[in-house]
Amino acid sequence: MSEAVVPDAMVSPAVGGLYGEKAGGPMLDFSYVGIDAILEQMRRKAMKQGFELNIMVVGQSGLGKSTLMNTLFKSKVSRKSVLATAQEKIPKTVEIKSISHDIEEKGVRMKLTVIDTPGFGDQINNENCWQPIMKFINDQYEAYLQEEININRKKRIPDSRVHCCIYFIPPTGHCLRPLDVEFMRRLSKVVNIVPVIAKADTLTLEERDFFKKKIREELRANGIDVYPQKEFDEDAEDRMINEKIREMIPFAVVGSDQEYQVNGRRLLGRKTKWGTIEVENIAHCEFAYLRDLLIRTHMQNIKDITSSIHYEMYRVRRLNENNTMVAHANGIPEHHLTAHEM
Amino acid sequence: MQYPYAMRDLPLMSHSGEQHQRPGHYGAEGIGSPINGRHLSLPGTPSLVRTIPFHPRGSPAVPPRHNHMGLDPEFQQLPLRRQIVSQVSLDSPLSPSMRPRSPWGRFDPYDSPEDQDKEYVGFATLPNQVHRKTVKKGFTFTLIVAGESGLGKSTLINSLFLTDLYKDRKVLNAEERISRTVAIIKHTVGIEEKGVKLRLTIIDTPGFGDAVNNTESWRHIDDYIDQQFEQYFRDESGLNRRNIQDNRVHCCLYFISPFGHGLRPLDVDCMRALHEKVNIIPVLAKADSLTPAEVCRKKMKIREEIKQFGINIYQFPECDSDEDEDFKTQEQILKNSIPFAVIGSNVQVESKGRKFRGRVYPWGVVEVENPAHSDFLLLRNMLVRTHMQDLKDVTREIHYENYRAQCIQNMTRMVVLERKRSLREKYRDGSEADFPLPLAVADTEKERLIYEKDEELRKMQEVLERIQEQMQHSHRGGC
Repeated sequence: MSEAVVPDAMVSPAVGGLYGEKAGGPMLDFSYVGIDAILEQMRRKAMKQGFELNIMVVGQSGLGKSTLMNTLFKSKVSRKSVLATAQEKIPKTVEIKSISHDIEEKGVRMKLTVIDTPGFGDQINNENCWQPIMKFINDQYEAYLQEEININRKKRIPDSRVHCCIYFIPPTGHCLRPLDVEFMRRLSKVVNIVPVIAKADTLTLEERDFFKKKIREELRANGIDVYPQKEFDEDAEDRMINEKIREMIPFAVVGSDQEYQVNGRRLLGRKTKWGTIEVENIAHCEFAYLRDLLIRTHMQNIKDITSSIHYEMYRVRRLNENNTMVAHANGIPEHHLTAHEM
Repeated sequence: MQYPYAMRDLPLMSHSGEQHQRPGHYGAEGIGSPINGRHLSLPGTPSLVRTIPFHPRGSPAVPPRHNHMGLDPEFQQLPLRRQIVSQVSLDSPLSPSMRPRSPWGRFDPYDSPEDQDKEYVGFATLPNQVHRKTVKKGFTFTLIVAGESGLGKSTLINSLFLTDLYKDRKVLNAEERISRTVAIIKHTVGIEEKGVKLRLTIIDTPGFGDAVNNTESWRHIDDYIDQQFEQYFRDESGLNRRNIQDNRVHCCLYFISPFGHGLRPLDVDCMRALHEKVNIIPVLAKADSLTPAEVCRKKMKIREEIKQFGINIYQFPECDSDEDEDFKTQEQILKNSIPFAVIGSNVQVESKGRKFRGRVYPWGVVEVENPAHSDFLLLRNMLVRTHMQDLKDVTREIHYENYRAQCIQNMTRMVVLERKRSLREKYRDGSEADFPLPLAVADTEKERLIYEKDEELRKMQEVLERIQEQMQHSHRGGC
């Protein structure tokens, strides 16, 4: 499937009309049919429809999840900014709080939903703290499935499936904690996980590299496949780009929603007594890479993988379950059923 | 380095000369036993040229003591001085001009010019003597560090004491950590500075707070502290108390993560479990991830929560009213800095022509010892230079005594229960043997009766004594 996000350059006024005369040349090219104009059509349609993106943030309290969301989308989209009573008390169980916003940029509308999970990993006993999250993700798939198998279904099914889960790793500098491994192992099978090192201004550059290497080793050793997953690379070009990304994960990010004046420019950053950390400066932290991955280059890819792979897996599993349940109810043994399906 | 006993600043004696250190020369334990603490094993003890003009009426009854350190024979006349004081009662005070000088001439409290005319007995040198004795013995200090892994505990310990305790440490990865419980690892290091020995024991708790289920994380620490108390209790109650090793934990540095919003549930529970057994000093780790405003806010939040949950952290002793202003303001600053926001580093960096310990970031360099950057200096001064003795005292007097009282209570309760049980068994056995002790059934009542009777007897005895005295007095008066 080709990318639906078309960079502006391609739709420059090289195309005069809808049927594509080549730019600059007064001559008509007889071999030119004009198939590429479909891109323009798709683009227009997409602009009208708008996009949806559902991001879930998971991590211990105090790791800067809400701030990072605000920084990513340069608007106050996080739960803390919206809820007036943003209490900082740690809830006893993991709660799921979902907040939606409509953002617009250059005529493109996006419905962004940020799903927050306060209480994750904060208790003394964190066993099974991932269960509410798994349940939520599966519930969203279920809702979509129900809409899909409806006889009279809507033209555009509202997509509330979680496209991407950003997992915040505390910057200990040593290695992953057992909780991190457990969570990522379970959830990488149902959703795209993007691990990030939170509050990375604690680590010097050497410490950061060491930490990242350690994390990558551990992810490999535990068989955890985070986004971009190796098995879903489509062609060599994809693989090349994704390899470069895979060598950089997890991204060491710093979030900030305050602006400071640095060298005459106003930048987002954090000001300390020994210097100012610029959030968008790639020499300081890797926030820019994360933003590019999530928004500028791979957003559609993330959505595609969610719908075509994770969702499909869920669907297959559910429908099989349904069938076996129906079969048991009717007294038909299972193997008859599967043979019939084939 | 400040001496644990505050000395008045006195003018140097001109001939005391340069103090040199005798590096690592502490064979004191091997060379005979300390006699009245007079072994002059301290470095820099100046070779004084003194005269002892004062002699008692007779000849010195004490032969010069044999000093096998081979130092100046003049020092041997010290016992003479003591002898003098005891022979000569306070009727004839030592006249100032003829008073023998103390060998620890530098800090002789009697040497200031205004003291020359007054008359003194001379016991103001007692602190000197105690000082010398304890310095020779050396100090011990036991510190336990607790906190999640990755908070910079080992780096901070290395920075605090300028050692490298964790050279061969292996950090386990997540899989290995899943099955591990909290371990207790002891590192002991002997440090010496300016002739003073310190035997420092750091107890590390790797694995604390790392697991998915952390409900039992602090139990090991709890048990360890109790064990040390128990060991000391047993040693103290033993027969040979000469060489008791004091392994009691004097202080617990609890590392609070800067990434949370104040205290986490694990922090609260752990500190509450330990606050009656050990001095807890909370430390805000990795403070270079916070802006100054955030540091302030977090400190206030943590202080509030500590009060809210009723955690008894180590309280600095109140200043006496006669301390000078500087000291008081220092103490006030210390109190307001809890928890200490620290940054640790063992890496030397060079910046702007200066060399210091710090951390290099692309956006700037953090100095570990800069008070504007972190409270590291405050913590170190407090821990090592000013409050080490107080920490040990509080441990000894409060925590250990609490433990001991509880222990004894438990023991007596157990003994009583045992006795009851064994008596009840005997009774139930129905043996015809005589009961040397009263029946178990009404034991407590009997005990109470016995106690009352004892009291009565005692009172009667007192009355008798008084009557006897009166009789004697009147008898004597009569005669």
